[in-house]
Order: sequence, then C-alpha cells, then structure tokens
Amino acid sequence: MASFPSADRLALLTNFGHSIGSVAYVYRPTHAEQIAELYRSAAGTGFTVGMRGAGRSYGDASLNGGHVALDLQRMNRILDWNPGTGVIRVEPGVTIGQLWAYTLEDGWWPPVVPGTMFPTLGGCLAMNIHGKNNYVAGPIGEHVAQFTALLPTGEEVACSPTQNADLFHSLIGGLGVLGVFTSITLQLKHIYSGNLKGYAWASPNLRQMMDEMESLKADSDYLVGWVDGTWGGSGLGRGQVHRAHYFAPGEDPSPAQSLRVEAQVLPDTFFGLVPKSILWQFMRFFMNTPGAWLTNTAKYVHARTLDHRHHFLQSLVAFNFLLDYVPNWEKSYGRGGLIQYQSFIPRAAAAEAFADLLKLTQRRGLPTYLGVLKRHRPDKFLLSHAVDGFSLAMDFKVTGGNRPALQRLTDDMSRIVLDAGGRFYFAKDSTLTREVVAESLGPDTLARFCAMKARCDPQSLLQTELYRRVFGSI
Amino acid sequence: MNFSSPLTPTPVAIVVGASSGIGEAVARKLAHEGYAVALVARRADRLRALCAELNARPGAAHAVAYPHDVTHFDEIPALFQTILRDLGRLNVMVYASGIMLPSGFSEYNFGKDRATLEVNVLGAMAWLGQAATYFEQAGEGHLVGISSVAGDRGRVSNPAYHTSKAALSTYLESLRNRLTRKGVHVLTVKPGYVDTDLLKAVARPFWVVSPEQAAADIWRAMRRGKQQIYTLSRWGLVMWVVRHMPSFIFRRLRF
Ligand SMILES: Cc1cc2nc3c(=O)[nH]c(=O)nc-3n(C[C@H](O)[C@H](O)[C@H](O)COP(=O)(O)OP(=O)(O)OC[C@H]3O[C@@H](n4cnc5c(N)ncnc54)[C@H](O)[C@@H]3O)c2cc1C
Ligand SMILES: NC(=O)c1ccc[n+]([C@@H]2O[C@H](COP(=O)([O-])OP(=O)(O)OC[C@H]3O[C@@H](n4cnc5c(N)ncnc54)[C@H](OP(=O)(O)O)[C@@H]3O)[C@@H](O)[C@H]2O)c1
Repeated sequence: MASFPSADRLALLTNFGHSIGSVAYVYRPTHAEQIAELYRSAAGTGFTVGMRGAGRSYGDASLNGGHVALDLQRMNRILDWNPGTGVIRVEPGVTIGQLWAYTLEDGWWPPVVPGTMFPTLGGCLAMNIHGKNNYVAGPIGEHVAQFTALLPTGEEVACSPTQNADLFHSLIGGLGVLGVFTSITLQLKHIYSGNLKGYAWASPNLRQMMDEMESLKADSDYLVGWVDGTWGGSGLGRGQVHRAHYFAPGEDPSPAQSLRVEAQVLPDTFFGLVPKSILWQFMRFFMNTPGAWLTNTAKYVHARTLDHRHHFLQSLVAFNFLLDYVPNWEKSYGRGGLIQYQSFIPRAAAAEAFADLLKLTQRRGLPTYLGVLKRHRPDKFLLSHAVDGFSLAMDFKVTGGNRPALQRLTDDMSRIVLDAGGRFYFAKDSTLTREVVAESLGPDTLARFCAMKARCDPQSLLQTELYRRVFGSI
Repeated sequence: MNFSSPLTPTPVAIVVGASSGIGEAVARKLAHEGYAVALVARRADRLRALCAELNARPGAAHAVAYPHDVTHFDEIPALFQTILRDLGRLNVMVYASGIMLPSGFSEYNFGKDRATLEVNVLGAMAWLGQAATYFEQAGEGHLVGISSVAGDRGRVSNPAYHTSKAALSTYLESLRNRLTRKGVHVLTVKPGYVDTDLLKAVARPFWVVSPEQAAADIWRAMRRGKQQIYTLSRWGLVMWVVRHMPSFIFRRLRF
C-alpha cells in the first residue's frame, strides 16, 4: 500500500467563517468499506482521523490539522424513501437542502433544520442541531428513528432510541469522535403547504422580546428574534421577532403548487435587479461597527412600520434559510472572517445574563453585528447544549488585529454564562477552554462521555481540533 | 496567553540544523517570539539541551527535538509528517544545516565534494520541498534558506562549498518564483562571517557577527517579507563589486 497518509492529500480546510483553518490529509470516501480501510491504515500510526461534513461549523469542529480528515460529502445517496410514512434513509453526506428537495413534493419536510441548508445530515447528527422550533420539536436527534455507525474498533452498530440506546444518545451530539454515521433514518414531518404563515414585528429591547417569545411559544411553530447588538441603553437588544405557523390540512387551497421545489427556490436577484451572487461584495462596506449600526437601525425602523397583526406567506425555505438568501454572505466580513459565540441560559437568568453579554461586547468595542435569540428545551442526549431557556448567538467580525481581544472578550463572556448556569454549543464554538467546558458539562457528564469514548474508541483514533482543545487527547 | 485557541494559534517553525550556530540562534529567537519549534539535526544531546532550556521558560510554547541526519533523504517525508502531526501546523521552515569541509588549493576530493552537496543542497531540497508542498496548500508560510555570500561567485578556495551555496541560492529563487503567487514568502539569507563552529575552518575572518545578531537580522527580514538579505548588510555592497568583477581580474585573486 502507498504510504499513509499520502502527502498529495494535503489540503486546507477552514471553518464556515474563514477565520480558522488548517492543512490536513483529506480523504473522500464513497463507501463505508473505505472508511474501515482508513481506520486500519491509521491505527497505530499516531495519525488521528477527524470527520467532516460540509464544513459549516463556525469553529474547529471538523478540522484536524496535520492529521487525517474524512470528508463525507461524497456519501450522499438517498437509500430509501417511503412517501406514505415520511421515513427516509440516507447516507451521512446528504445535505438538508438535498433532503427537502427530495421529499417536499410528497408533503414532507425535515422536522428540524438549521439556519442554512448546506450542512450534511452526518454533521447535523454529530452536533445534534436545533432549529427555530427547538422549544417544541427538540433537536434533530429526537427525529432519528435509527442510524448505523462504524466505530473505530471496526464494529458496525445499529442504534435507535430503544436499540443500543446508550450509544444512540451518545453518538448523536458526539462530535464525530465516537464513530462515523454511515446511514441515517429520519422521520420527517407531514406538511400541508409549502408555505408558512409568518409574522414579523419590532421589539424595543431584549427583555420585552424574551417576554413576547415566552408568551407566544405555546402557540407558535417557529419563533426567532433578530437582535441588534449595536444599540444600548433602554433599547439594549432591540430587534425583530419572526414567528411562523404551519398550515393545517386543507388550509392551503393549492398545496400541490406550493409544495413544488420551484415554488421554494430563493430568487436570483434582489428587487429583481441586483444579482444575489455579487451582493456580498456590497455588504462588505457595512461590515464594520458604523455599518452594522446603520443596517440594524434600518431593519428595526422598517419592522416597526410594518403592520405585524397581519400575517404574510413565506415559503418554508425562505423562512428557515434566510441566511442562504445571500450566497457567500460570510465573505462580506472581509479577509479575517467571522466567528460565532452562542450561549444557552436557563429562563430565569437569561435576560440579565444576555444583557450583561451585550453590554460587555459594547464596552469592549467589539459589538456583535448579528444576534439571534431562540427558545429551547432540554433533551436526553449525553452532550446536550439545550436548557429550558434561551440562547443568544452572536456573530463577531475577526480582523488581523482583534484576535487576542476577541479571545479575552469571549473568555469573560463565558464566565458570565457559567455563573448564570449556562451552556455552550460546539458547532458554534472556537474559544472555549477545557476548564470552561468541564465546568459547563459537569463532572458526571464528562466522566460518562470519557467512558463512552474509551468504549467506542479505545485507541483514541477519532479526534478533531475541537476535541483536542476541549477534552484533550486522551 | 498560554492557551493556543483557534483564534490565537501558536505559530510553528521547523529549524533544520538547530544544534549549533545560526540554526540554534534562529530557533531560540523564534521560541522567544512565541513559536513552537521542531529542532532537527544529528547531535541529539545538543537538541535536547536546547529543548530543556526553551521549555523551562514560563509560558513557553514547546520545543521538540527530532534527531535526524539530512543525508538520510528517504526519512525526510515521514519525519516531516511526524512533526506536522505533533505540532498540528507549520508557519516557518528554516534550513540552516550546512558543512564546509576544509579544502587544499589543489585538492580534488570527490568524497568531500559529494558530502558537501548532500548536506548543503540535497538535504535542503528534500526539506524545503516538503514544506513548499505544505505551504502551497496553506496559502501562506515562510521558507528560509541559509545560503552564503560564497554562492555569489565561484572562488578558488572551496569549489564544492561555493557550488553548493550557488545551487541553494538558485533553488530558493526558483521556489520564490513559484510560490510568491501562492502567498508563500521565500527568504534567502547570505551571511558573511558568523562566529560559529563552521568559521573555525576560515583563516582570517573579518566583520564577524554573533549568531544572535544573524538570527535577529533573519527575523527582521522575515517579518518584512524581504526576498534576500546579507548579514552584515554591507556584504551586499561588497558582493555587488565581486559579482561585477571581470573574470580576467577574478582569476588572478587568491580568495
Ligand atoms: C449560516 C449558518 C446557520 C446555522 N444555523 C444553525 C442553527 O440554526 N442551529 C444549529 O443547530 N446549527 C446551526 N448551524 C451550525 C450547523 O448546522 C452545524 O455546525 C452542523 O454540524 C454543520 O454540518 P456540516 O455537515 O457542515 O458538518 P461539519 O461542520 O463539517 O462537521 C460538524 C461535526 O460533525 C462531525 N461529522 C460530520 N459528518 C459526520 C459523520 N458522518 N459521522 C460522524 N460525525 C460527523 C464532524 O466531525 C464535526 O464534529 C449553522 C451554521 C451556519 C453556517
Ligand atoms: N558561520 C559562517 O560564517 C557562515 C557564513 C555563511 C553561511 N553559513 C551557513 O550557515 C549555516 C549554518 O552554519 P553555522 O555557521 O551555524 O555552523 P554550525 O554551527 O556548524 O551549524 C551547522 C548545522 O548544520 C547541521 N548539520 C551538519 N550536517 C548535518 C547533517 N548531515 N544532518 C543534519 N544536520 C547537519 C549541524 O548539526 P549536527 O552536526 O548536529 O547534525 C549544525 O546544526 C550553514 O549552511 C553555513 O553554510 C555560515
């Protein structure tokens, strides 16, 4: 066999925000047998193997510099589809976008989706992603009927909530370091229209936004708040709330029309004029503190003047994947790219802690240009980021000069989050230290995760930069 | 900040020829500037001593010794991978290994000539080539080669040494022309006389600088993205004259 790993496989991999990257030996298997073969080649060499889906994590979750990265995007076949029951079996490289485009016409939609449709199902399970409906639908893991995974021991396991339940609840959310998903069976959600009934309105500050979301959550299928991080004082955390409902059966007069893929496609131009593909080039001029202030203020004023008591129709895609509207929007952050920092705080402490976080970012002169507020509920997975409370995700621009300051800022933010009993989300993390992670997970969870790692991967073959950073190489 | 976060990752350097002289001084300088350094050369004891010294400083990024003979060319790809694996990334690659075997004015000794070329040229090509492949993918990085003023002209004293340094300078120039467009910086260092073991073979050195001085010059040139430096810089002027000296004069000189 050729030497392992092969130098001609070296390639630069980056995070979603292009602010973090490293060079790894990238292999792109199409079949599970090739993964088994790679496990055998890597065993005993000291080279670790890290899984990678579409690379849409905001941090170093799918990076493995100097080691091997398995890019699973070519394992993207749809294996089985039952339009009667809405049960679909796919390979891990199938993306959220590929999935809905395949099933929509039959009236089925992924019950949980992230804010972008490019992630793979493998990546979504490894992080146990949540949507804007987390408080009702839970994380994606709760909709997985079954999966198969190949452990580094060479063992292929089938897991469901009842079969190998401990593995099921550990591999989902297991950061890809316990085993690789080789097939995933999902229960989709029956829908009766390709549209949602949407409502949008302005909220004058964070506290009120949270109160509104709290009182509406029992009666909303989706809820999300877009927070203006540049505004202070009594308007701290002001922004817009977006709320949406599915259609009940029979409510959409022509579901066959709205359930077509064409009806979902995002338009190619803005105002029928500006091609979307070049929009990010213009957005660059606003990706600075005055620019972010201006755009956030414009959005707020616009939302305030909307009459929100009337609902409007929005396609499922337009509502859920708003961020995909502008291709390459992350590039508008400039050469240094961006990171995101998302924390999850129990309801009682959330308003105050988030206010403290926003104030801190403003005091340090590093305001977030985009904040997103969501409502969550706990789940039963081993590594879980959810709490009975809220999460606030904040995007930060990274520049050549602000990296140490940003690290110090997020270190201090993490202290606030921990003191409020909060948690973090590894899909969005690029700053947490081992100590902070240990404190947020607690000794019990940490010990159970380490025990699971030892059981699934005694040689510690599966690693990523994230894993080494927050758990240390065992 | 000791914690190497993804936002503030510790930069990594490989220094080949780090057991003494200029290489050792460069390794020390890089370590003091916050680099994690991989130290490569044959004398393992000296490398370990340097590691111990560098790792003893509070808050230091770590130094690791990789004993290796650069003429064992077949080992280089695997060793390069091992270092990358251990340190996770690479930002700076310095090739400082070199030998200058004393040569009589009428001596033609193929064994010595070959040994010189193996260490000064082939080892350099083997190591710099590995790093070039990596940097090309990374889209950034610094390649630093310690050549010499000796490569600017073939002089009577030591044909193999002069040839080796001319070859190294040309190799580095080619790499620069290939890699600048890929975002990689290539620095050719041409020292005059540096106070190291190698200098013991030189009869009457002048303008001698310390290895620390040379290392400081190299660091500054690296930071500024210079393509080539002479250390001391006045050698640039001298070598300009030497390079333009007509052959009918140059043939008659004794240096
Ligand atoms: C614009 C944007 C909006 C987002 N919105 C949300 C959101 O609303 N909610 C949310 O939860 N997340 C959100 N995310 C984060 C994103 O959903 C997750 O990071 C997701 O994991 C990305 O999937 P990926 O395929 O790109 O995986 P990668 O980022 O490549 O990898 C993620 C993890 O999965 C592992 N992995 C990948 N494939 C496999 C496999 N087959 N088997 C085992 N492990 C594997 C990797 O090792 C890594 O640990 C958003 C991201 C972006 C860019
Ligand atoms: N000193 C000067 O005046 C001067 C002037 C111009 C250019 N230079 C150049 O500067 C470079 C460094 O030399 P120096 O002056 O610092 O002399 P030095 O102290 O002798 O250093 C030479 C280094 O090369 C290493 N080396 C030699 N043979 C090797 C081999 N086979 N495998 C691995 N490493 C080997 C040595 O390590 P081990 O012996 O431990 O292997 C040592 O670390 C050389 O390329 C030299 O040509 C020096």
